[in-house]
Amino acid sequence: MLTKRIIACLDVMAGRVVKGVQFQQLRDAGDPAELAAAHSEAGADEVVLLDVTATHEKRATLIETVRRTARQLFIPFTVGGGIRSLDEAMAVFDAGADKISINSAAIADPALITSIAERYGSQAVIVAIDAKRVKGGQAFSGAARDDMNDSDGENSGLSFEAYVSGGRKPTGRDAIAWAREAAERGAGEILLTSMDRDGTGIGFDCELTRAVSGAVSIPAIASGGGGNTQTFVEVFERGRADAALAASIFHFGLRNLADLKHELQTAGIPMRWPC
Amino acid sequence: MIAVVDYRAGNLTSVRKALEHLGVEADVTRDPDVVARADKVILPGVGHFSSTSILDECGLRAAILEQLRQRVPFLGVCVGMQWMFASSEEAPAIIGAGLLAGWCERFPASVKSPHVGWNSLICEDRSRLFRGVPSGSFVYFTHSYRVPVVETTVARSEYGGEFSAAVEKDHLFGVQFHPEKSGRTGMQLLKNFCEL
Repeated sequence: MLTKRIIACLDVMAGRVVKGVQFQQLRDAGDPAELAAAHSEAGADEVVLLDVTATHEKRATLIETVRRTARQLFIPFTVGGGIRSLDEAMAVFDAGADKISINSAAIADPALITSIAERYGSQAVIVAIDAKRVKGGQAFSGAARDDMNDSDGENSGLSFEAYVSGGRKPTGRDAIAWAREAAERGAGEILLTSMDRDGTGIGFDCELTRAVSGAVSIPAIASGGGGNTQTFVEVFERGRADAALAASIFHFGLRNLADLKHELQTAGIPMRWPC
Repeated sequence: MIAVVDYRAGNLTSVRKALEHLGVEADVTRDPDVVARADKVILPGVGHFSSTSILDECGLRAAILEQLRQRVPFLGVCVGMQWMFASSEEAPAIIGAGLLAGWCERFPASVKSPHVGWNSLICEDRSRLFRGVPSGSFVYFTHSYRVPVVETTVARSEYGGEFSAAVEKDHLFGVQFHPEKSGRTGMQLLKNFCEL
């Protein structure tokens, strides 16, 4: 049976893992290579490394961090943050990433999705979408509204806007419509972060996840808001997520990843456990 | 020396890294002469079945097939396993190696495709590749086409019905999943292959 995946995310700034709340207030959480190995050992199904400084500051090269982290990691390893071209993607793959995640660059140049997918395969391309609930829910109309109603009638009135540049810039684009376009252009998975829930631990935005999961045939990874076991149960069941990603709850010892997987399995969610 | 055939289908870094970790001498190569000298051959591959046509264009297909006639152990991974069969619905014009009976088909519409993630295996005891790997072990898959259960199937997985997770016949081995990304279970399989 195909299991639901628990993905440990390392937000990296200048070679160190950091974590904030709603994209702000960053705290140091350790060395990326050490944390990746520890998460893998504890039962993480994948590791994602996101360079959170990438799109708004000149960064030192991320490549060495990727190489060091990949060396002893034998589970799927995704790298994102600041990848703007096929050449930059190639450098990250060469350093040991199995998949790359693109966000701002995909919005700016959607053809980039296709060019990376043609070279490395769709399975290697994750399009990350940072989405925020639109107050009042009236920002988008037409096709986007239909998407919502198709996937979940009870959600009428809700809509989500895609943001770029680490959550600083609204794009004016409907997150669900963008997810669908990304899939059509060759993305292999959608990594969907709720900006409203990021770092809060109060639960994933299940309406957002469910809408995207229903709109595309590729896997949807839910991110932002993971906390107690029940929040994960909800995002897999009600949110129809294929995978759930979390960062701060694992780094700061708030949750033991192995315990979480065991509890999810007990709750009836198919897990790779023991692993 | 193990030749890891590089036909520009995706990223071979992780396969090389896994073999390095096992302390095995591996040569990631596009050179048919290197393939011809190898003690074992691994044909990795991600992406589209049509990418295997490059094997024909640069003499790699002939070099691999000659090695197989000499009974050199061969491991096809993902699309590399699919290539061992006659053809794939993904690219009907492309001719596979036809080493094993069967062909690749699409997943049924009842399940999301691609099939991505960790799925469990139902293994057969007769497999040499799966020595020390019990049924119920999890491995990482990412693919849109699959080989149904056939005579040479030695491990099955379930996703929209059962399909071949691994095949084996004499010196020929194929895995649909990615052992280089499947943690300890995957390492055990690669080790078993390297030690054949």
